[in-house]
Amino acid sequence: MSATLGKILLSLWLTAVIILGFAMPMVPEPRFWYELPLVPGLEEKARNIIFHVPMAWTTVVAFAVSVVFSIRYLRTKHYMEEIRTVAAAGLGTMFCILATMTGSLWAKFNWGSFWNWDPRETSIFILLLIYSAYFALRSAIDNEEKRATLSSVYAIIAGVTMPFFIFVMPRIMTGLHPGSKGDEMGSAPVAQLHMPPNMLMLFLASIFGFTAFFFWMYNLKVRSLVLEHKQHMSAQ
Amino acid sequence: MKTFIRSAYVLVEKEIRSEFRTRYALNALMMFVITTLSIILFSFGGETVPTDVLCGLLWIVIFFSAMSGLSRTFVAEEERGTVMTLQLMTHSSTVLTGKLVYNCLLALALNLFIGLAYQIIVPDFTVRTQSIYWTTIVLGSLGLAVASTLLAAIIAKANTKGTLYPVLAFPILLPILLTAIKATKQAADGAFFAEVLQEFQIMLAFAVAYVALSTVVFEYIWND
Amino acid sequence: MTTLHFEAQDITKEFNRKRIVEHISFDLHEGQSLALVGRNGAGKSTVAKILCGLLSPTRGTVALSVNGTPAPYPAHLYPHIGFVAPYINLYDEFTGLENLQLCARLRNYATDPDGRASRLLKQFSLFEKRNDELRTYSSGMKQRLKYCAALLHEPPLLVLDEPCANLDEEGIAVVREVMTHQKRTGILIIATNDRDDLSYADSIVTVERVAQS
Repeated sequence: MSATLGKILLSLWLTAVIILGFAMPMVPEPRFWYELPLVPGLEEKARNIIFHVPMAWTTVVAFAVSVVFSIRYLRTKHYMEEIRTVAAAGLGTMFCILATMTGSLWAKFNWGSFWNWDPRETSIFILLLIYSAYFALRSAIDNEEKRATLSSVYAIIAGVTMPFFIFVMPRIMTGLHPGSKGDEMGSAPVAQLHMPPNMLMLFLASIFGFTAFFFWMYNLKVRSLVLEHKQHMSAQ
Repeated sequence: MKTFIRSAYVLVEKEIRSEFRTRYALNALMMFVITTLSIILFSFGGETVPTDVLCGLLWIVIFFSAMSGLSRTFVAEEERGTVMTLQLMTHSSTVLTGKLVYNCLLALALNLFIGLAYQIIVPDFTVRTQSIYWTTIVLGSLGLAVASTLLAAIIAKANTKGTLYPVLAFPILLPILLTAIKATKQAADGAFFAEVLQEFQIMLAFAVAYVALSTVVFEYIWND
Repeated sequence: MTTLHFEAQDITKEFNRKRIVEHISFDLHEGQSLALVGRNGAGKSTVAKILCGLLSPTRGTVALSVNGTPAPYPAHLYPHIGFVAPYINLYDEFTGLENLQLCARLRNYATDPDGRASRLLKQFSLFEKRNDELRTYSSGMKQRLKYCAALLHEPPLLVLDEPCANLDEEGIAVVREVMTHQKRTGILIIATNDRDDLSYADSIVTVERVAQS
């Protein structure tokens, strides 16, 4: 019962976040709590932060979860760890695609083109490549035990390369690209946010909501995979 | 420990001897490099290409040569049914060490050749600081070879090995490729050796990290 | 003679969540031999691979101890095992002698490897072809060379999957000699359906195909 209550609350929470994200008016001089500041140059486009950043954050969380469960699978060879890895990777891919799309829209309206190869765009694209490679590898192996083992190893390899990538990106990108115009967040993957308190609250609420939503979907996915596994076993 | 080193050496020697018998690297790989370089030259059409682009192209050639050549050591064992033979004769760590060392040697030989050919053949490509250029090629080759060997062990056990290999390798190798391209640019621009130290550290760290990772995960890949 | 104890307990193997073999058990000491029999596709080769440490069982254990010292399964079994099977190949681009030298040196086999290699080659009538590349060998010759490679390090435990595959009368006779010798001094396990092979086994384990619903 508390699970159902939690889900209802979460649905209301996210609905509120989404509605407020679109509905809170942007005025030059905010006087009420429900008014967001109008930043010249950004204007309505700033709303994207409420949606885009949580998606990107969630896909990174999903990746970390995949790596952790991959390590656990190699150590225990228990099918549950494999199920958890695949569920996280699948959802991570979906959020990654959404993050790339919302980010691309942001880029178009702010900087004029859909894709610029600036550091964070490139990072999210590489993550998308990693997820795709993970599933490409899985589809190329017939034996289930081997598939689980090899894809877990690949997830761990990807986990090892990510820190290098995150460290290397700012060094490379400052050399190749001067950074996009008006991008006050800089080229580091962790953004520095300068937001008025009410916007910050909405933003954090969105991050919380989408992360909780991810774990809800993850839980559902894991349970459905477990059921499928049990059905397969009992059919023996 | 001594027996381990001896066995690993035997395996490296076997790979080299096998290469001399079949001449795969000499024939197929060399032709691949020459073909790729020719395509690049023809695509320039006599125009001047900026140094940035030339540096990137160099490492594209190196990347795809690695994709052509570094998987053979594992894939050939699978194709010929000698995987179990090796499993019966020696421990997985010996196999890893032997194949790692061989792939590093192969990558070094291949990329030193590519590095030299590129400077000679490609017009407008002048490297002002040779020491940076060659150190980059050596460190980059080692990092590439180490990560590629681990990935080769993985795809050897899958179907569609050839097409899968670059798909898996590109995101993983990207950090070292980007670093190597940047260092090559600095070599072409005439930077001082000391300015590129951090790039070299990154490449070395990458190679070391992957050697460490390989020793931990290889037996999960190799053994059934 | 070396004291040997080779025990398998309730070995089960599943592939893709389908059970292939189940409940294989036996207990062998030096001087004993075992035959794995079963219809084609029953899983004899799978069991043979599990016994040699090439595949890990889904359930059950395999334990080998040589002169009282246990050899940890599966990574440290290989110095004590010789395995001949149709799916275990040698290197075509090397000569017969080079293949044997590779085996000896990889295994760090120290006791006069070249002398032993020559004796084995002569025993299997391959001495004249020892400097020819394996790709020039017939399948029968390759099978005989596999025996040389498996016997090079004098393994206390010899596992043969289809011992007489591809062999002519002469080859079969030599193999029978080998089997007799191995039975006396070590442990012999053969996977076969051949009636004549079976006479070399003290005991028989039947590998049955697991019923699929």
